[in-house]
Amino acid sequence: MSDATTQPDMSVNIGGLIMKNPVTVASGTFGYGPEYAELVDLNQLGAMVVKGIMPDAWEGNKTPRLIHTDGGLINAIGLPGPGVEGFIETYMPFLRQHDVPVIVNIWGRSLEEYGDVAERLSDVEGVHALELNISCPNIKKGGNQFGTDATMTADLISLVRSRTKLPIIPKLAPNVSDIKLFARVCEGCGSDAISMINSMPAMAIDIETRRPILANKVGGLTGPAVHAIAVKLIWEAASVIKIPIIGMGGIMNGDDAIEMMIAGASAVAVGTANFIDPSTPVRVIQDIQDYLIRHNYSSAKDLVGSVVV
Amino acid sequence: MQIEDVTVEKHDDFGGGYRLLVLRAPGIASESVPGQFVHIRVPGLYESDLRRPFSIYHAGNDQVRLLYKAVGTGTNAMLKVAVGDTLSVIGPLGRGFPTDHGDTFPLFIAGGYGVAPLSFLAQVMPCKGVAFLGAGTASDIFCVEDFERAGWEVKVATEDGSMGSKGLVTGVLDDFVEGYGDPTGGSDKAALEYYGCGPGGMLKAVGDRALAQGCQGWLSLDRHMGCGVGACLACVQKVRNADGDVSWARGCREGPVFDAREVVWGDNE
Ligand SMILES: Cc1cc2nc3c(=O)[nH]c(=O)nc-3n(C[C@H](O)[C@H](O)[C@H](O)COP(=O)(O)OP(=O)(O)OC[C@H]3O[C@@H](n4cnc5c(N)ncnc54)[C@H](O)[C@@H]3O)c2cc1C
Ligand SMILES: Cc1cc2nc3c(=O)[nH]c(=O)nc-3n(C[C@H](O)[C@H](O)[C@H](O)COP(=O)(O)O)c2cc1C
Ligand code: FES
Repeated sequence: MSDATTQPDMSVNIGGLIMKNPVTVASGTFGYGPEYAELVDLNQLGAMVVKGIMPDAWEGNKTPRLIHTDGGLINAIGLPGPGVEGFIETYMPFLRQHDVPVIVNIWGRSLEEYGDVAERLSDVEGVHALELNISCPNIKKGGNQFGTDATMTADLISLVRSRTKLPIIPKLAPNVSDIKLFARVCEGCGSDAISMINSMPAMAIDIETRRPILANKVGGLTGPAVHAIAVKLIWEAASVIKIPIIGMGGIMNGDDAIEMMIAGASAVAVGTANFIDPSTPVRVIQDIQDYLIRHNYSSAKDLVGSVVV
Repeated sequence: MQIEDVTVEKHDDFGGGYRLLVLRAPGIASESVPGQFVHIRVPGLYESDLRRPFSIYHAGNDQVRLLYKAVGTGTNAMLKVAVGDTLSVIGPLGRGFPTDHGDTFPLFIAGGYGVAPLSFLAQVMPCKGVAFLGAGTASDIFCVEDFERAGWEVKVATEDGSMGSKGLVTGVLDDFVEGYGDPTGGSDKAALEYYGCGPGGMLKAVGDRALAQGCQGWLSLDRHMGCGVGACLACVQKVRNADGDVSWARGCREGPVFDAREVVWGDNE
């Protein structure tokens, strides 16, 4: 129990990666680090998760790529990026100057490409863990196929596991009928943690032109609209695995983050909210700390999975 | 770039269907250059609704001025903002117009809110030129006095002919360029420099002219924004570098002002 003079222990251990507090940012919503650095002190984050990286530079989709809808955004950015070499060269020197563990989100168009990126990043100084995007709904090859077919998920994780010693964190899709199955597969194939949820497949149509608004026609829904879905899926996944979960989906404030931790997430990531208020992650850290003090918890870990059912 | 909670000092009708918003924003005002924009969290929307981008109309004396038109959900909600309210504003954002243009003779071409950043630019540019303002009808023309006060010549075109010349703004522009003789008595069209802000079709027409005449052109493109700071990659524009390689540039970072030679038209959508 903490008293007024002792601060609660905010640190968490995500499959060997020690975060000084349980709050990070969701891949694709915080760039590669420099973009928000004038507005947010990156050193305050528990970890920095960068936008998805694959072997080659990639263009992404045509525009419009992002639209707002009631309660969230629909995006079909299409994973543009500088490729793994471009990323290492352009962004790692910047990231290494900071006192924050870096988690690189990776993807590929084939199993081998996931393996190649994982191996390439393994001995890069300053890369602390890999998040595997097996669930992006925007890429026709790969993408969702890996994350919604349990056999492919198993093959993918086993392959990546064999090619890196870094902690690996597969990121689960929300649109599966049995999330427990996928959580167990991830754990069984050697994952160190899982993260969830990625965006929810979604669509918007302009009723005047009768055309889909996004150039890609469909995209992924994020923001408050998916929060309650994420809480339920995290609660289910946490009930069947021992490895930690990084929870995300519509976290707009401290209460949303605390709710996710109570459901079973060991750490949380702020996504869409960064676009609206870049100070959200820092505010969430403070809110969690205040909550722990108010409820006499000595450690953030005590909150994880504490839901009373 | 900074995030500031700013106070609304003035919010009035302006003309041309636009509203003037004056914000006390010392930090942002001190850094702003013409062509940059601010990203505003509009009160009264869903908590997850994106910020909205607006060009800086003027910055100075601890104030940032904006001109906006109510066209949809966010801008209609902005109508309810009252003097004394606090707004969360990120800015200044993006790359603005260059102000060190050497010996060229500047031509501004503006439509819609495009007059706002160009009026700001006219104030800070050391030399004078001609501003071409276009609209559908006379009541949509505004800011004429701004340019005149800064010592600029103004030429207006309206599609219905209710003010200035009848037709598109490129018509008056072409007439002017046709008869242009440079101040030293020559008629070197390459001594012209184009600055455009307004609808896409108008910008393309301006860019085409700059290229055809071998002139420098600067175009402020209106790309739909997400984060406004370069993180989400929503606002991209296809650009071509000097070697001919085509890639995406971010409207909010590498833009909104682009060199007319870089812009690849029509391949974004
Ligand atoms: C760099 C830049 C500078 C701008 N400067 C000004 C300005 O000085 N004054 C001004 O009145 N307007 C300006 N705009 C346009 C202004 O941002 C849009 O009118 C506003 O975002 C529309 O919001 P809304 O909620 O009212 O409209 P919505 O209901 O969202 O849509 C109405 C219209 O706005 C367009 N729009 C929707 N979302 C966006 C978005 N994210 N970015 C841009 N356009 C969008 C749509 O195509 C539609 O035609 C600027 C835009 C950019 C990109
Ligand atoms: C614009 C945008 C880009 C994204 N890019 C990626 C990505 O590159 N890789 C990935 O795994 N997830 C990506 N995501 C998904 C987020 O990381 C996160 O899982 C999702 O947005 C849910 O969190 P939120 O509701 O807080 O935004 C992206 C989301 C958005 C909105
Ligand atoms: S608006 Fe997000 S990158 Fe430009």
